[in-house]
Amino acid sequence: MRDRDRDLRQRFLRSQNLPLVFFSLSLSLSLALGGCGGSKKAETKDPKGQASAAGHQPTYGDTVVEGSIGEATNLIPMLASDSASHEISGLIFNGLVKYDKDVKLVGDLAESWEVSQGGLQITFKLRRGVTWQDGRPFTVKDVLFGFQTITNPNTPTAYAEDFRQVKKAEAIDDYTFRVTYEKPFAPALTSWGNLVVLPKHLLEGKDVAKSELGRRPVGTGPYRFREWISRDRVILEANPNYFEGRPYLDRYVVRVIPDLATMFLELKAGGVDLMGLTPIQYKRQTDDRFFREDYRKYRYLANAYTYLGYNLLEPKFKDKRVRQALSYAIDKEEIIKVVLLGLGVPATGPYKPGLWFYNPDVKKYPFDPDRALALLKEAGWEDRDGDGILDKDGEPFEFTVVTNEGNPVRQRTAVVIQERLKKIGIRMKIRVIEWSAFINEFIDKKDFEATILGWTTGFEPDQYDIWHSSKTGKKELNFISFKNSEVDELLEKGRRTFDQEKRKAIYFRLQEILAEEQPYTFLYVPEALPIVHSRVYGIEPSALGISYNFYRWYVPQGLQRYDRLALAP
Amino acid sequence: MLSYLIRRILTLIPLFFGITLISFVVIHLAPGSPIDVLADLNPKMTAEAKQRLISYYGLDKPLHERYFQWLRRFVALDFGVSFSPDRRPVMDKIKETLPITIFIELLSFLLILVIAVPIGAYSASHPYSPFDKSLTLFVYVGFSMPTFWLALLALIFFSVQLEWLPISGLRSLDYARLSFPGKIWDITSHLVLPVLLSAFSGLAGLSRYMRGSMLEVMRQEYITAARSKGLSEREVVYKHALRNALLPVVTILGLSVPSLIGGSVIFEQIFAIPGMGRLFYTGVMSRDYPLVMGILTIGALLTLLGNLLADISYALVDPRIRTGGKG
Repeated sequence: MRDRDRDLRQRFLRSQNLPLVFFSLSLSLSLALGGCGGSKKAETKDPKGQASAAGHQPTYGDTVVEGSIGEATNLIPMLASDSASHEISGLIFNGLVKYDKDVKLVGDLAESWEVSQGGLQITFKLRRGVTWQDGRPFTVKDVLFGFQTITNPNTPTAYAEDFRQVKKAEAIDDYTFRVTYEKPFAPALTSWGNLVVLPKHLLEGKDVAKSELGRRPVGTGPYRFREWISRDRVILEANPNYFEGRPYLDRYVVRVIPDLATMFLELKAGGVDLMGLTPIQYKRQTDDRFFREDYRKYRYLANAYTYLGYNLLEPKFKDKRVRQALSYAIDKEEIIKVVLLGLGVPATGPYKPGLWFYNPDVKKYPFDPDRALALLKEAGWEDRDGDGILDKDGEPFEFTVVTNEGNPVRQRTAVVIQERLKKIGIRMKIRVIEWSAFINEFIDKKDFEATILGWTTGFEPDQYDIWHSSKTGKKELNFISFKNSEVDELLEKGRRTFDQEKRKAIYFRLQEILAEEQPYTFLYVPEALPIVHSRVYGIEPSALGISYNFYRWYVPQGLQRYDRLALAP
Repeated sequence: MLSYLIRRILTLIPLFFGITLISFVVIHLAPGSPIDVLADLNPKMTAEAKQRLISYYGLDKPLHERYFQWLRRFVALDFGVSFSPDRRPVMDKIKETLPITIFIELLSFLLILVIAVPIGAYSASHPYSPFDKSLTLFVYVGFSMPTFWLALLALIFFSVQLEWLPISGLRSLDYARLSFPGKIWDITSHLVLPVLLSAFSGLAGLSRYMRGSMLEVMRQEYITAARSKGLSEREVVYKHALRNALLPVVTILGLSVPSLIGGSVIFEQIFAIPGMGRLFYTGVMSRDYPLVMGILTIGALLTLLGNLLADISYALVDPRIRTGGKG
């Protein structure tokens, strides 16, 4: 369950019926440039991974079948909030901008753009000669129409907010689009990814939410829609008129296989070419000759991290020294080893290592129980009555951690932490609660002591909603009630600053404060573990993951498994 | 008889609406709402945006008003539109999945019947024999074995090792290009494991019931009479006892008709079968109220219909029932 990464900045990793979701491979080229990315450490274990170097010529043809635990819901990007939908619609629709291999913003449907008036205005020059998959030309009208649709209060979308910051959107001519913002808004540019452009000629005057385009989309992207068998599969075929050239693979099929074990058997039997592995499957079940010869595994840091968050309204967590002590008492390496089988790295703050705004030199909390005890003693927590539990003013140190049902990784993490804290005399209880009740009754009402949760992160450092003191109300995301005036100032400045170097300094400082304050114990960044059949070439792992260049993947002649498709231009 | 029938049908109507009312209230009592998937812990959702979604789905109206709205639509045979982002009519979704589930459940049901009745009858006619005991063991193994585990073992053996059967889904990738017999074979081969396994796990109930009912009958005087007439044991058991023992079994079968549409979430998950069980499960998880109500209503209708049919058939054979016990 659902979890699902599509948001530009950060989004909650929820995985109720979709366990291990952050290991699921995301094919979304760029959902508003979010997508599922990875750090530059992206690597392949197999020397054959340097695929294109193998001396094959790219060839047209063949089909790649991906397994997905969830079914897509709606293929109009702005209407869906599940990654299954975005993976597919990401191949059908384009945005004005996208991230390239090196996580740099480049034009997609926009050829170029210009930021003017101190960041208040962005003018996009659109690509000419692009056609919708039904043959109609793409113009500025489609961008404007998409913008009007996403900001229309009657459109049920989760993504309107960035676009509501726009004061004015206008078409200068058929291929020039200009937006003017109320205030300078640094994340603005990245919001013009593939959420917003819609074919006006097919949707005008219709209710977009009920449009049949959600089931039979028409976009401008490398793949076009062919067939959708409900709860079974979605089939896309190459768009021969794609403006960056016809994709090599004829077909892309997503099969819905809700059970991960079944999906893995399908992989073994050849029914699936591509899936995200769990750590156990990666480490223990795909290490034989068969898998080494027929498949290639990849691993890269997922756009997500897991944390232990403290409710700062709780008296015992108000003291910074207590939070720091807990961070020292928890062995992050051990959690990664036990829970992720080593497939992850310790988190030091709310960003993923390797991105330009990640600060590697913040205060770290290596496992050090003695230091933890010393800090706790300083804060007044000591085992005075000799029962093995620390106490202060006659109160034993006990607290309950809540987390959501359906995410075994989080639950195991909780157990490992429980054991470590027990050793220094802190009694931690674990409560696992069904998702809706968990959010509504505990998180939204701030009725918890501590919680284990995760956020998805992106390629934009703005985290105003999570750390700003104005976001501590009920049902808001700073549910741990973190308040720090310098952080507030930094967050505001970061949003208004366009210069990357200046932004970098701002977010480096933010990470220093968070590392010192430890409002969360940042636990780990897991790795995404996709596996792909070895007949597929052209995969170039990057910080974005592997699927960003899906339209350049190919299967050499002779290795092709499926018949050619006759594609009408 | 006619007045009995009318009486029965008239009592069904309030019962049916009572069921829908209770279902409606209960599913709304569960924490969470359909907008959670979009809104929960999503930094892009302001309170205002959330409010817009709430009124978009009509969740801001009081519960009774929503119930009557649902009722009005239902009377016009309209189950409304699903709350999932695809916004498709609930009826379409049910129509897609219901035939698949009914077909599979019916097959495994028939298989259970064909195997369980002879097993039960044989066990009863040779009670406590080694054969009876081993059959008992066999059906209980099926009953107690975790089905998801057994299913995976079967998949590994038949599909991965032997490559005899496909693993999941209902149709192969090249289904559209197959000839007609090819298509039939394709679907059949996809169904072998799900049907066999769900039959295996369901054998215990019916075969035990059959055995019990048969033992009961074997104690009756007419069986003694039949034996004293000098009939062979075979004739006694299979001609006289079996038929009478089947009657209560048929009642059980009638009662399990509604479960035909429920399907098995577990089997549909494991074998990736696009059926009603999965539809209902995801509907419940995402608080898709119209969809859940649609499926519950159809389930209620079928249950009531099944009971009605059972009552009518009882009434046909037993005059005391149709005259209201006065006779």
